[in-house]
Amino acid sequence: MEKFKSYYLAPEELNKIFDYFKTRGYKIAGPTVKDNAIVYDEIESVNDLPLGWTDEQGPGSYRLKRRNDEALFGYVVGPHSWKKFLFPPILTLWEAKRENGKFKIYEQNYSEEKFVFVGVRACEISAILIQDKIFGGGQYVDPNYLRRRENAFIIAVNCNEPGNNCFCLSTGTGPKVLTGYDIVLTEVISESGHYLIAKPGSDLGEEILASLGFREATTQEIDEADKVSNEAVNKFRKEVDLSDVVEMLQSNYENPLWEKVSEKCLTCANCTMVCPTCFCHTVEDVTDLTGQSAKRVRKWDSCFTLEFSYIHGGSVRYSTASRYRQWMTHKLSTWKNQFGMIGCVGCGRCITWCPVGIDIVENVKLFKESELKLKTGESYGRGNT
Amino acid sequence: MKKRKPKLAVWKFASCDGCQLSLLDCEDELLDIVGAVEIAYFLEASRATVSGPYDISLVEGSITTPHDAERIHKIRKVSKYLITIGACATAGGIQALRNFKDVKEFISIVYANPSYIETLSKSTPISDHVFVDFELRGCPINKYQLIEVISAFLNNRKPNIPSYSVCVECKRNGNVCVMVSSGTPCLGPVVQAGCGAICPSYQRGCYGCFGPKETPNVFSLSEHFLKNGLSSADIVRVLRNFNSYAEPFRKGSEAYER
Ligand code: SF4
Ligand code: SF4
Ligand code: SF4
Ligand code: SF4
Repeated sequence: MEKFKSYYLAPEELNKIFDYFKTRGYKIAGPTVKDNAIVYDEIESVNDLPLGWTDEQGPGSYRLKRRNDEALFGYVVGPHSWKKFLFPPILTLWEAKRENGKFKIYEQNYSEEKFVFVGVRACEISAILIQDKIFGGGQYVDPNYLRRRENAFIIAVNCNEPGNNCFCLSTGTGPKVLTGYDIVLTEVISESGHYLIAKPGSDLGEEILASLGFREATTQEIDEADKVSNEAVNKFRKEVDLSDVVEMLQSNYENPLWEKVSEKCLTCANCTMVCPTCFCHTVEDVTDLTGQSAKRVRKWDSCFTLEFSYIHGGSVRYSTASRYRQWMTHKLSTWKNQFGMIGCVGCGRCITWCPVGIDIVENVKLFKESELKLKTGESYGRGNT
Repeated sequence: MKKRKPKLAVWKFASCDGCQLSLLDCEDELLDIVGAVEIAYFLEASRATVSGPYDISLVEGSITTPHDAERIHKIRKVSKYLITIGACATAGGIQALRNFKDVKEFISIVYANPSYIETLSKSTPISDHVFVDFELRGCPINKYQLIEVISAFLNNRKPNIPSYSVCVECKRNGNVCVMVSSGTPCLGPVVQAGCGAICPSYQRGCYGCFGPKETPNVFSLSEHFLKNGLSSADIVRVLRNFNSYAEPFRKGSEAYER
């Protein structure tokens, strides 16, 4: 038996949840249309959600399109991810001043901002759980991340229609939300109307849904919602078998294919900036003109830059191929050795937001083909000797 | 003993003065700058000059005349650190467009008395003539980067001036990529950061004011532009801007001119 009951919400009733949190000092962050895309930003009410919008994605291409209904969540992930709230792109870690001949460090105040994340997808929850491990696991934790993370309330949504570049089915991270949420929504638009089924995933989620006076969903409504979200798995257009990818990439470091797959790469770093699991950053120490104060600033960085691999004497990864290999191998392979899971959740952002449309899934397939050729070639060779 | 304030000089060659103006534009920080250095030579700001040698020389502009080609050596001799500022000084500037054509032809068309004109056939960056300690890019430079470089030299540390793409700044800003979302051509992926991705922040493509980034893949981006409807002539125009004579852009535009 399910631990929690499911509730019925009319679309505009989401406002009740938003208001509940607003009066408690939370900001509501959710999808909204801005500059030709659906981005994550602070929102006020349901009306700020991308009502009736969808996205059409391809390698290196994203177009906003009108839907023929008024769906609230009828699109997939865009250029932003929740990491911009939990792991901000630019963050001053601390400042110091010279006082009476001494160097005095002022701790930065950690952000007390609290956020409700609205419309978090299954792949994105996996990404957050991965970053939890990176920033919160092990010996050294990032107090900044942890503070923000503790203060986040997650309203997830099941994907009914995967996008062209979505491949979470292959990474095992979607399209249905299974864990890591406070409330999960399923949006239904059918003859019986337009409604949301809300299921709590935490005690706080349950408490809120129960206290705000929503009615319990009927079995019929729950069945209808399950049917819609269960059908999503049949709608994927991008799939790849990743069962042997960890070993495969690590045994192909010297494959000349790396040159080919990275030929078009601009080393622009867009793929890593949009990736919801990429965590690399640099720290800059800055002094002012008078030499009286200094600060340390953390900024998103990327393995695609030359400076990233700079050690004394020069950069280790000068060629484009070596940078692309580092990225793809880390995402799909060595991440496993490092953190126990692969670093890709199949969201497709790196494919969509690569200006020249380099496609990580297609490249996995190319490596598989090349392995296959090598193997059949080998057995042929052996047969002849 | 009170420390002597470092002497700063600002020199001008063929340029529009815009980069020097960025220094004057540092309104809030100007007092700090004057507090930290002695502005010993800066004709744009003051006619009073202090003789060299100078601790830091900021050089604006490109070399376009035989006279300037000599003058820059004199400046190098009296400068401890020589820092070039702006696209003219680091790449030859917009006036380097003449490097792709015959200058004599222009002179005969433009001037009534061409014999008075003494000019070199090419507009070249300062680093083609003397050793340069640091190059600050931009058309014009970014005033925060200028302050950062001056602070770094004054405090004996490495300046935080990245050589990666504009895209990194663009994404940190949270911009929606104009190229991916609406097909607008953008030079960001091959251009060095520094401006804070101003143009993409206003939904325009990057024009390349800060010149080529480290390892720019100009050919891949140009081929992408071609596929998306630009002509070879368009690509030549896109690459021939303030930094047209910077090698990766020059090679790119020459390839598409054929
Ligand atoms: S990758 Fe899966 S979970 Fe993520 S947006 Fe696409 S369908 Fe939804
Ligand atoms: S590697 Fe690409 S598909 Fe995978 S999580 Fe990152 S952005 Fe998404
Ligand atoms: S794969 Fe694409 S997005 Fe990533 S660095 Fe290369 S060109 Fe840029
Ligand atoms: S808009 Fe231009 S600078 Fe910004 S990410 Fe896209 S290509 Fe790069």
